[in-house]
Amino acid sequence: MTSRLFWALPPVALLTLFFLYPLALVVQQSLQPDTGGTSVQPYADVFASEAFREALWTTVWLAVGATVGCLVLGFVLALIIAFVPFPGARAVSKFIDVFLSFPSFLITLALLFIYGSVGMANGLWTDVTGAAEGPFQFLATPWGVLLAEITYFTPFVIRPLLAAFSQLDTAQLEAASSLGTRAPRIIRQIILPEALPALAAGGSLVLVLCLNEFGIVLFTGAKGVTTLPMLVYSKAILESDYPGACVVAVVNVLISVGLYGLYRVVSRRAGA
Amino acid sequence: MLVHSRKAKWAVWTVFFLFFLPLFALPLLVVLGASFATNWSSVLPSGFTTGHYSAATRGEALQALTTSLVTALAASLLALVTGTWAALAAAALKKPYRTVLDALFMLPVAVPSVVVGLAILVAFSQPPFLLNGTRWIVIVAHTVLVTAFAHQSVSAAIVRLDPAYEQAAASLGARPSYVLWRVRIPLLLPSLTAAAGLCFALSMGELSATMMLYPPDWTPLPVLIYAATDRGALFAGSAIAVVLMAATLLVLLAVSRLRTKASYR
Repeated sequence: MTSRLFWALPPVALLTLFFLYPLALVVQQSLQPDTGGTSVQPYADVFASEAFREALWTTVWLAVGATVGCLVLGFVLALIIAFVPFPGARAVSKFIDVFLSFPSFLITLALLFIYGSVGMANGLWTDVTGAAEGPFQFLATPWGVLLAEITYFTPFVIRPLLAAFSQLDTAQLEAASSLGTRAPRIIRQIILPEALPALAAGGSLVLVLCLNEFGIVLFTGAKGVTTLPMLVYSKAILESDYPGACVVAVVNVLISVGLYGLYRVVSRRAGA
Repeated sequence: MLVHSRKAKWAVWTVFFLFFLPLFALPLLVVLGASFATNWSSVLPSGFTTGHYSAATRGEALQALTTSLVTALAASLLALVTGTWAALAAAALKKPYRTVLDALFMLPVAVPSVVVGLAILVAFSQPPFLLNGTRWIVIVAHTVLVTAFAHQSVSAAIVRLDPAYEQAAASLGARPSYVLWRVRIPLLLPSLTAAAGLCFALSMGELSATMMLYPPDWTPLPVLIYAATDRGALFAGSAIAVVLMAATLLVLLAVSRLRTKASYR
């Protein structure tokens, strides 16, 4: 046993040096204001600031909203791919894999061309109606971030759902439908209970990823949308306020790691 | 099997593509279209040009491409070695130790990438480890971020491994190192290449931690795309984004070719 523990040492030492020690320094620095000494003053300052409270609220509601959107959309799309299969359904699930290998900020970049002030949708509107500008002006608001997050993270729900659906015994569906049960009832009483663990696992993963999302918010470039990761970036890099950045970082880590622990428990129970 | 009438099926498929195409296919097409255009004030882009591509494969952008490729290659190799080592070591341990080790290596997934960037910036800007301002700080940050994914996919593969092979080898008198090198690693090879592809793709697109700590002479592609769009050069930015997607896809394709090769071994 001791020699086995010894073999586990090198990777743990590397992780400690490059990850745990830096994290510990962040916690230490969050307790050291620029004036010197050790105090909880940075925490008091940050918690009292309007910007932090607004960022916290924006982060949470965006993450919850995006998660709900991803769950609903992902469930409907996965249901169709699995149970109303069409020629090319396999190509669609392959495309989803490719989609997942691209960085998230590409979605915001694309949305700029689709709904931006001179993009596709507004161009169509001005061409048809002759108006000076189009009606789609939501990109720089939280709604633009919400749309981008739902687009990017829905595949994270579709994939575990498709895996769960492939293990579902189709005889149950055949039996129910031969007895005259309609599709909505089959979905509610047979498919949904089977899909619940996958939905819970996928949903909590998306929630954590949305809480930590930075690229989408950065590319939106909206001053009105500040989330916790964005606040860490702007405090550290733009304002050089390291103690403040470290305080926000600690809060962000506590929220995400807590939720991620929950995700691991849920997904282990779901057997995923 | 859920919907039986032909009419209803077509209705369901229409709904599917009404959501699927604008949400998932359109963004990629739009970036591709914009990379060839100079103007987009109507339904379709206008002013066809390949000028953005000649700019995107030259000078600063070419250097950023090499930077990204070198960083991703280094980070995924380092992550693969560390993650595999940790996964193999954890698999040999008893329950409480194994749970702790697995949890430790999963932690970087849960911690926001921006915070990982901040932590590494804080830790390696002060003695005894001065890495700030060098390319190594970017490589270290990417390695930390992708190691968790390498560890996760390799340890999932180890659980599925049939123990009969290594038991047979050991019963024939093979030493543990020989069993590891000639039995377990070859059996794990398909998952190792898949994990390498995943790490590479993640590192190629990494923006959050990189924004916190990149030195001016080591600018990866995502940072350059952000810089371009931030100053309003959306079309040039799209061309660089297409180069990024193409490079990622090419490497993933090469890895999947490797994977099919590996599964024959």
